[in-house]
Amino acid sequence: MTSGGLLTCGALLGLAAALVGAALPRRKRVLVTAALVIATCVVESVAAIGVLATGHPAQWHSSQLLPMTGATLALTPLGAMFVVLVALVAVPATLYWIGYARHGMSARLTASSYALFVAALLTVPAAASVATFMFLWEIMALTSLALVLTDQSRRAAARSAGVWYGVITHIGAAFILAAFLILAAHSGGQSFAALESHARALAPGARAAVFLLALVGFGSKAGVVPFHVWLPKAHPEAPSPVSALMSGAMVALGVYGIVLFGDVLLGGGPVWWWLIVLALGAVSALFGSLHAANSTDLKRLLAYSTTDNMGLALLALGASGLFVATGHHRLGALSLVAALFILMSHAMFKGALFLAAGSVQVATGRRDLDELGGLLRRMPQTGALFLIGAASICALPPFNGFVGEWLLFQSLLHGVKLGSTPGDIAIPVAVAALALTAGLTIVAFVKAAGVGFLGRPRSPGAEAAIEVPRSMRAGTGLLGAMCVVAGVAPMAILPAAERAVRATLPDVGSTPLAHGVQLQLVGVRAVLAPTVLAASLVVAVLLVAFLRQALTRRRDVRVAEAWGCGRELVTARMQYTATSFAEPVQRVFDDVLRPVRDIDVSHVAESRYVLESMSYRSRVDDRIESALYTPVITTVRRWGQFARRLQPGSVHRYLAYGLVALVITLAVVAVLG
Amino acid sequence: MSTTWRALGEIVVAAVQVIVTGVGGLVLVGLMRKVRARVEGRVGAPILQPLRDVRKLMRKERLRPQFATWIFPLAPVVFVATVSVAAVMAPLVTSRPALGSGADLFVIVYLLLLGSTILALAGLDAGTAFGGMGSSRAVTIGALAEPALLVTILALSISAHSSNFPSIIRATFVDPGVIISPARLFALAALLIVIVAESGRLPVDNPVTHLELTMIHEAMILEYTGPDLALVTLGEAMRLALLLGVFVNLILPWGIASSMSVPALALGVVVLSAKVVAVAVVLGFVEVFLAKVRLFRLPELLAGAFVLALLGVVSGVVAK
Repeated sequence: MTSGGLLTCGALLGLAAALVGAALPRRKRVLVTAALVIATCVVESVAAIGVLATGHPAQWHSSQLLPMTGATLALTPLGAMFVVLVALVAVPATLYWIGYARHGMSARLTASSYALFVAALLTVPAAASVATFMFLWEIMALTSLALVLTDQSRRAAARSAGVWYGVITHIGAAFILAAFLILAAHSGGQSFAALESHARALAPGARAAVFLLALVGFGSKAGVVPFHVWLPKAHPEAPSPVSALMSGAMVALGVYGIVLFGDVLLGGGPVWWWLIVLALGAVSALFGSLHAANSTDLKRLLAYSTTDNMGLALLALGASGLFVATGHHRLGALSLVAALFILMSHAMFKGALFLAAGSVQVATGRRDLDELGGLLRRMPQTGALFLIGAASICALPPFNGFVGEWLLFQSLLHGVKLGSTPGDIAIPVAVAALALTAGLTIVAFVKAAGVGFLGRPRSPGAEAAIEVPRSMRAGTGLLGAMCVVAGVAPMAILPAAERAVRATLPDVGSTPLAHGVQLQLVGVRAVLAPTVLAASLVVAVLLVAFLRQALTRRRDVRVAEAWGCGRELVTARMQYTATSFAEPVQRVFDDVLRPVRDIDVSHVAESRYVLESMSYRSRVDDRIESALYTPVITTVRRWGQFARRLQPGSVHRYLAYGLVALVITLAVVAVLG
Repeated sequence: MSTTWRALGEIVVAAVQVIVTGVGGLVLVGLMRKVRARVEGRVGAPILQPLRDVRKLMRKERLRPQFATWIFPLAPVVFVATVSVAAVMAPLVTSRPALGSGADLFVIVYLLLLGSTILALAGLDAGTAFGGMGSSRAVTIGALAEPALLVTILALSISAHSSNFPSIIRATFVDPGVIISPARLFALAALLIVIVAESGRLPVDNPVTHLELTMIHEAMILEYTGPDLALVTLGEAMRLALLLGVFVNLILPWGIASSMSVPALALGVVVLSAKVVAVAVVLGFVEVFLAKVRLFRLPELLAGAFVLALLGVVSGVVAK
């Protein structure tokens, strides 16, 4: 079968899965739908791998599907990279869903939307005309909105999250549509090939407008500051397999959109475009990691850290554009490879972390870290997988996050002395942002893993937790294994990323990376040997453990009570909580975070100096939300209230409105006509 | 030389570097304590006391807190293992260390980060207040030191066009003027502050304190006893020796062995020890006059280091 045929076949399988999800009785629904969804992923990724191996795009066109325009799919190597990325998260998440479905994710609407959502995620990167793209993009937005609202009948928070997500995603879509319309108006066609060939002749102002509109539109999907506010609301409320897909795959498509516009359709742009991208990336990375370090809700923490990781991807993307704009094509290609690898590893570890967090929620009924603890003993496999995910996201060797950060650091390092003043200033700042982000991410994830999984349980729910069903562990385990494999042998992924980049950026010239057992950058002295590094770490750990065992005379380990400062009876409440763990960071970044602290003190009647009771509450709000969104919402609501006065419910009044409107229209026509 | 011999030679070089950092690190800790004692007018413990302490601890019983998991016994092993791998890779005794082609400064930093992160996790494992307090403070300081550290690496790499550590050292031989370039000097000043912070010495943390509320590192590892504590002590000492070794080889690389012959290696060991001892004596002397800074004043110190590193980058870029 041709790769175009495979592509269509996959899309049809996805549709079949959605129909089956809507039609079958509850007993068989989840299992059959899941099987079909996984088959869709497999077929689509076979097509994508074919494209990556040969470098020839897969094409398919039908004039019957969408009215007036027809549907056009063309899978380029860049798109194929993203199809593989989606499939890497979707297969484990679907496996996980089989076990998770009993927890309120087996309804007809949910099963059907889930299948459609995955199918849309898989086909968006293949869309090759404006109508097809917008159609698939909307399907992706609507199905994910339906999935966020799964729990809305029981939880008011899910309803509010749905409203936020729905509004922001549609404003974003409007921006994207506007960007497409400007391009399409100038090119007389709506296929991407037509847009691309005419975009170069566009006036610089129009090009810049297109790029900025697309940046806002896709940036809101990628959860970039200041459009990130929906992430920490929608990700925690969505069912966990959906959170994994939204955070691992869907936000990555936001970055895909920016690459699509910046590098493919517009074919690169001036330095200032990319400095904006770089700045957005740096701010998002810092803001996201800072809030992740200060969140106590496990899934909210993960959502903020998604903003952080997308920030790093944008940082790499901005650097790439900057290098290309100043004529350093090979370096630009290297940064883009770094961006793709960061997105790929983010899909793996964030998928694993969200699925593990979902298992925790199923096992304990809680998401608040201050009520968890001691889960590694009660859920050994989920706990170990969460630890692997945490180590990956902290960019510790030998896991995949490390390779991504190394690539990004190297591309920045070699871009520092290229002779463009903005670059010389921007790049050291970018390195500093990268470093501070890395440090804060470690705070966030030592907290999440240490407070959530180690120590002693802080609530009866955590005390009674047991390991989740096998399919859930399998889904999480698959992603955890990917984190290790991609960290130890990134050469398995990098050639594909490189091919995608070479097909995207013209004039790359020679390849930016040489492969073999080690990663080597061409033209500069930079080598990373991840396999050797991992092997030497393992050998060193085994040697040290052996020496500890061999040199001690007494082999047995005695279990003793921990030091309680002389106190007996140390209780679980004396442990550090997530809030107390993050307190030093909160104090250091007090000016940025502005935490809200309420202290209520009541005295006994006799003396002011004797306390009767005291309560202390501390909360870290999202300042961008309160400064940027709250005023707008208040204004809109005020106008809404005003407009309600026009609607008192009297039919006479409405007839009068009709008459007045008619008179005004006639008057206008008379004057203008 | 045949491949077998070369591989054997690499293993010997690796072993030499690890042993030098291990034994040397413990002696270094003893030496710095001795300097402090002498300046304060005390006799002080013998310089070899830390070695004896480690030997004594190895013979004691292993204890595990009641609620701890497998992280607790694993952490000291990983801690020592990461420092050892970093010690194998770094050009300390020789400018051509084993695995040297992958000895990126970035890799070395992240290896050390792996060790400190797992110790921070172990601090939370026992479920006590002290462990949590220690690891919370340790990761906060680590997070704040990170920007200064990476920008320092950036500044150091500009002149050599590479962050590969052996390449940076070899580039210094080609052009010794680099050492007194403003870029290098600013970067080294920043590096020194970061080293002090990362190895938990005054004024960031007091390595000899035994009051739980003021401790950072010591609070984090409070639950460790016996062989596990010996490993943690060894790891800390190795880390100090490694960081100081990196520092001195960036200031004055001369004396480092550039071939694998026995006399060159022996000379390398001697010269490295002499340089590190000199720096350690100065540090030990200065520490006597310092008090521990309040935890929430530390960001200012580390921000200072960051600014120095940034100045290093800027002057490196300007001086092209």
